Amino acid sequence: MTLLDLSSITLRELNSRLQSVAAGSNERDFTVTNPEGAHSIAVGLTQPIHVTVEGHTGFYCAGMNQQAEILVKGHVGPGVAENMMSGRVHVTGNASQAAGATGQGGMLVIEGSAASRCGISMKGIDIVVGGSVGHMSAFMAQSGALVVCGDAGSSLGDSIYEARLYVAGSVESLGSDCVEKQMTQHHKEKLQRLLDQARIKADVKRFRRYGSARKLYNFHVDNVDAY
Amino acid sequence: MCGIVGLFTKTPKLQSRLGDYLSSMLIEMSDRGPDSAGVALYRNPTTGGATKLSLFAADPNYAWSTLQGELKKELSDKVTLELRGSHAVVVVHEAFPVIQAWLAQHHPELDIVSAGDTIEIFKEKGLPKDVVDRFDLRHVSGSHALGHTRMATESAVTTEHSHPFSTGMDLCLVHNGSLSNHNRLREKLKRQGIQFKTDNDTEVGAGYLAWRLREGDTLEEALTNGFRDLDGFYTFAIGTRDGFAVVRDPIACKHAVLAETDDWVAMATEYRAIAVLPGADHANIWEPKPGTIYAWNHA
Amino acid sequence: MSASNPIRMPPRRSASFDEYAIAEIQRAAATGIYDIRGGGAKRKLPGFDDLLFLGASVSRYPLEGYREKCATNVTLGTRFAKKPIELKIPITIAGMSFGALSGPAKEALGRGATAMGTSTTTGDGGMTPEERGHSKTLVYQYLPSRYGMNPDDLRKADAIEIVIGQGAKPGGGGMLLGQKISPRVAKMRNLPEGIDQRSACRHPDWTGPDDLEIKIQELREITNWEKPIYIKVGATRPYYDVTLAVKAGADVVVVDGMQGGTAATQEIFIEHVGIPTLAAIRPAVQALLDLDMHRKVQLIVSGGIRNGADVAKALALGADAVAIGTAALIALGDNDPKWEAEYQKLGTTAGCYDDWHEGLDPAGITTQNPELAARLDPLKASRRLANYLAVMTMEMQIIARACGKSHVLNLEPDDLVALTVESAAMARVPLAGTSWIPGQGGY
Repeated sequence: MTLLDLSSITLRELNSRLQSVAAGSNERDFTVTNPEGAHSIAVGLTQPIHVTVEGHTGFYCAGMNQQAEILVKGHVGPGVAENMMSGRVHVTGNASQAAGATGQGGMLVIEGSAASRCGISMKGIDIVVGGSVGHMSAFMAQSGALVVCGDAGSSLGDSIYEARLYVAGSVESLGSDCVEKQMTQHHKEKLQRLLDQARIKADVKRFRRYGSARKLYNFHVDNVDAY
Repeated sequence: MCGIVGLFTKTPKLQSRLGDYLSSMLIEMSDRGPDSAGVALYRNPTTGGATKLSLFAADPNYAWSTLQGELKKELSDKVTLELRGSHAVVVVHEAFPVIQAWLAQHHPELDIVSAGDTIEIFKEKGLPKDVVDRFDLRHVSGSHALGHTRMATESAVTTEHSHPFSTGMDLCLVHNGSLSNHNRLREKLKRQGIQFKTDNDTEVGAGYLAWRLREGDTLEEALTNGFRDLDGFYTFAIGTRDGFAVVRDPIACKHAVLAETDDWVAMATEYRAIAVLPGADHANIWEPKPGTIYAWNHA
Repeated sequence: MSASNPIRMPPRRSASFDEYAIAEIQRAAATGIYDIRGGGAKRKLPGFDDLLFLGASVSRYPLEGYREKCATNVTLGTRFAKKPIELKIPITIAGMSFGALSGPAKEALGRGATAMGTSTTTGDGGMTPEERGHSKTLVYQYLPSRYGMNPDDLRKADAIEIVIGQGAKPGGGGMLLGQKISPRVAKMRNLPEGIDQRSACRHPDWTGPDDLEIKIQELREITNWEKPIYIKVGATRPYYDVTLAVKAGADVVVVDGMQGGTAATQEIFIEHVGIPTLAAIRPAVQALLDLDMHRKVQLIVSGGIRNGADVAKALALGADAVAIGTAALIALGDNDPKWEAEYQKLGTTAGCYDDWHEGLDPAGITTQNPELAARLDPLKASRRLANYLAVMTMEMQIIARACGKSHVLNLEPDDLVALTVESAAMARVPLAGTSWIPGQGGY
């Protein structure tokens, strides 16, 4: 296990080290200490390595992650795992706004709660939140799944495309073109798989499914109030 | 665009370190605010009808002791004056309107940066670490404080344009974000008798709050009215004599984080400013919800 | 004529309710949707034609053509990047998406730009392998939508352009209508085929220059600090925007005036939001000068650049380079009169066709229709683009030599005068034959 202490190396040295792990290298486990809210920790990783961050981070932790598994033992700032392509990011604490923004693949797990705009513009990422999410979550969500074990703030799924939203608690309000949809056995199984993969326990029977009504897919003057 | 920080002590033992901690928090926000910095400290409450003012003189060789002499002669025999960088903290045993009128007539070159019982505002152009040094903030004690680092968006970089802006007695405002309807609002507030020194949007926010409070709103009512009347993206931290309040606009794009332990409550634009505080690792950390007022007060 | 009035009065058209305004009201009433089109502002605006160069005379000496070199090279991204961009000419190809343009059109742009030693730019939709293959120097746009954004392409790019806005619609987002969301485009953008793409107007994970600074740091960390980072804005408050871009850490700033084109947006956005290119340049340059960053953070100006004189004027006012979009498409073959019969069928005529959002372009450029796209021969079209770029370069050299400059970047405001009060005020050069610069003071 390689220890990288952010109080004695620079961010560039940290990321450079993590980004330059050779494919097939035996050095697979890294621990980052003293993050102290620094930004852009463990961004742009490309190898299936394990990185544990001990403490709270600033913005864009694990940004554009590919293949790596990143565990944050603490809270994360805005944009955690933004534009993630693959791999896994797991946060034991809370996430700030825009968690998983524009993510294309992989899984983001937040054991605590996420703030506003969780999953904004998501493009294939799976996000599982043990707590609640803030307003404007899944805004313009194109594909992927967002699972919320707690409540969702206002305007959930505004302008949503084809992403699927599962919420166990209350939804303060639904955004434009986002409607409740039927939870079939197929969806329950899919949801169970996501929860298992996230290693978060929740009863699938409590969840409701939300998605696009597909009425805004082509402009029509009678929808003008929705704009 | 900017960084804001706030620290509220819950236990007396932290009060002697207030300036030191706030300075560290402020310096963490240098990247997002390189143009100017300012702090509002709440400390050393005056007694018996005295008023405390923070005054700024553009002239680095200003004759402060002469001013002190004049104040003693003209207004009250009890006048103390403490110099901090380009500012002076003056305590005069007289009501604020009287002092304000006298200064306007006899010393229009001085800028009244703050007034009240406990507030002291210091602000200046330059990097946060330079501002901390110039005002010797590391050794200041007090019960609570706000700080601000500025990256000017549309108005000029000057001392007067720096935050915090004082909105009334013991009241101040720091702001991260950008208001979009401040110009017309400034004209309306001028007609209500609110005075402005700059073209800065934050000063309009401060003036708006001062107006609402003057009209009888509680702070909470004033901020709630603000959701309707102020347009744009903002995170506000407001300092009051007894504590501080934090609020974000309903769209809430400008980040803010709150943290609390048994010893303190802190607020910052980025977590790394809170990370410098003792016990931050295990603090209760959360993000303020949009359109919601959070407030803490010393009883 | 009537019984009481024996004089035949000519029909009088209202200047406010002119032909176009009336037709637009009627169209709106009939359809219930705003008018959408491509291109940039079409109405008459103060512009480069209002400025003139003062060639050499008795007090100044010209350079001989050919023998006495007039250099045109420019380096972009010297501030922070490990690998700045070297261009042979100060004319780049502006961001235009695959999706807005056909595959052959993007190929032609790449080949033509490469032949002349300059760069092309991706658009809202991501990088295609073909474009990376055909363009020796490729700038990769980072937009609010983040369609197709991925770190592999970021690392393959030669520069990264963070788009905050564009001249046609400052404050607006991208637009691509269903008829152009082909299977390939849909896949790249992760959207269902055939829908009307709605686009975000703000970035999803940052707002404001203070947060932008952190985002730029992240992009640099992901790409090993190698690539110049550009920030592109539509021209509105260029003094503040350029100041803030520099403070946020940009290597290059791109300012796009209202004549700048788009593939599709609302007509009212194009014509009524944003300022003319001419009005944006001096404030942008002033911001750089005030920060002591002129020539250290480079300025690219775009929006209606048409010929070598326009380029020379932009450079004289302080830009380091220009970008062309609409002009490049015209060089490829957009609005070519040989398709007149088809333009007529579309209800327009060659030179006026701007319904690029419909995807029916007879020239095969702003379409995803395979049959139409096949009409554009990318090799021939690339030759046309290279020819056009060569002509513009020669034109600017002719002007620069006439003004006594051995490098086009040595052109300066003192080489210019203006023909109108507006253009004199905007360009901050004197009215021709006078020493008067209207409105001095302010910035």
